[in-house]
Amino acid sequence: MMDFIVIPILALLAATAVTVARIRNLWAAVMFTGIYSFLSASWMLILDAPDVAFTEAAVGAGITTILMLATLSLTPRRHRKSGRLSSEDFEERPSKSPLVPLLIVTITGCALVYGTFDMPHFGDPNAPIQVYPQPSFVEKSQPDMHGLPNVVTAVLASYRGYDTLGETAVIFTAGIAVLLILRKNTDDQGTSESQSVTGENA
Amino acid sequence: MNSFPIIRVITKLLIPYILLFGLYVQFHGDFGPGGGFQAGVIFAAALILYGLVYGLPAVHKVAPPKVIEKLTALGLLVYAGTGLACMLLGGNFLDYDVLKHGILTENHFLPEGQHLGIFLVELGVGITVTAVMTMIFYAFAGRERVTS
Repeated sequence: MMDFIVIPILALLAATAVTVARIRNLWAAVMFTGIYSFLSASWMLILDAPDVAFTEAAVGAGITTILMLATLSLTPRRHRKSGRLSSEDFEERPSKSPLVPLLIVTITGCALVYGTFDMPHFGDPNAPIQVYPQPSFVEKSQPDMHGLPNVVTAVLASYRGYDTLGETAVIFTAGIAVLLILRKNTDDQGTSESQSVTGENA
Repeated sequence: MNSFPIIRVITKLLIPYILLFGLYVQFHGDFGPGGGFQAGVIFAAALILYGLVYGLPAVHKVAPPKVIEKLTALGLLVYAGTGLACMLLGGNFLDYDVLKHGILTENHFLPEGQHLGIFLVELGVGITVTAVMTMIFYAFAGRERVTS
């Protein structure tokens, strides 16, 4: 029964990935990445990971698509003669021999596939993640957390609270970095010809 | 977007539910799927939707950039402050077991101990994620198109 859902989703994922790589229209490519994220979210839900599915749907399909579209709307679509590269330059450039990239990709792919041989099988009861810690977080989080049922939250916020603090600091740092980069240019361009809607950015 | 009345009306109808769902994901995250990160992104999505349809000046009135910038740091401070409060109460950093107070704690009416710690920490994550996502959107949407 599950196959009727699993196989179409995986097939659509593969089809979307190939489409994103082949399509030349950037707007369409961004929309396809959004579709890809949404399909991944559905796939996570099938794998019983609703927390991850949540994040993937909200971040991948929502925010990332918006930010990519915002970036596209800022970049020029016309060809510039003044020497700087635009998207047409990349298309017009004569392609060199595809052999070297193909070789590198093949070797990297083989190395990655070779690396997966050491991994435990999917759902293997003797895999390290199933046997450590003993008793597992699922069993010991009930008495530890005084009956909070969501083990994922218990691990994220309590057992691994220090890691999550670091992750929050990473998000904070990323936000500050984006702000610094984008703001500097607004200052450089000056306010005379600026039609920017954010007046208080300066 | 001024000339799309259907989109404007539907957006106004949708935003309260998006915000309510964000609150649910935030504060119910210890019982069901969800948590601070997801809730923060959902909250930011509501603000971004408002900004996309009604324009940046409108959303700047709702969430002024200066406030948003300070909220990014506030969330992280709430998180780290929870850890420091645990240390002040005699435990280890982020060891929520010391956060016991014993007031109205029957049936999880008010959270305490581990539950309170997780609640505060997720609140901090939610605030930071909401603010950072909104701030990045402001930074992108506030720039002009590169012409010439």
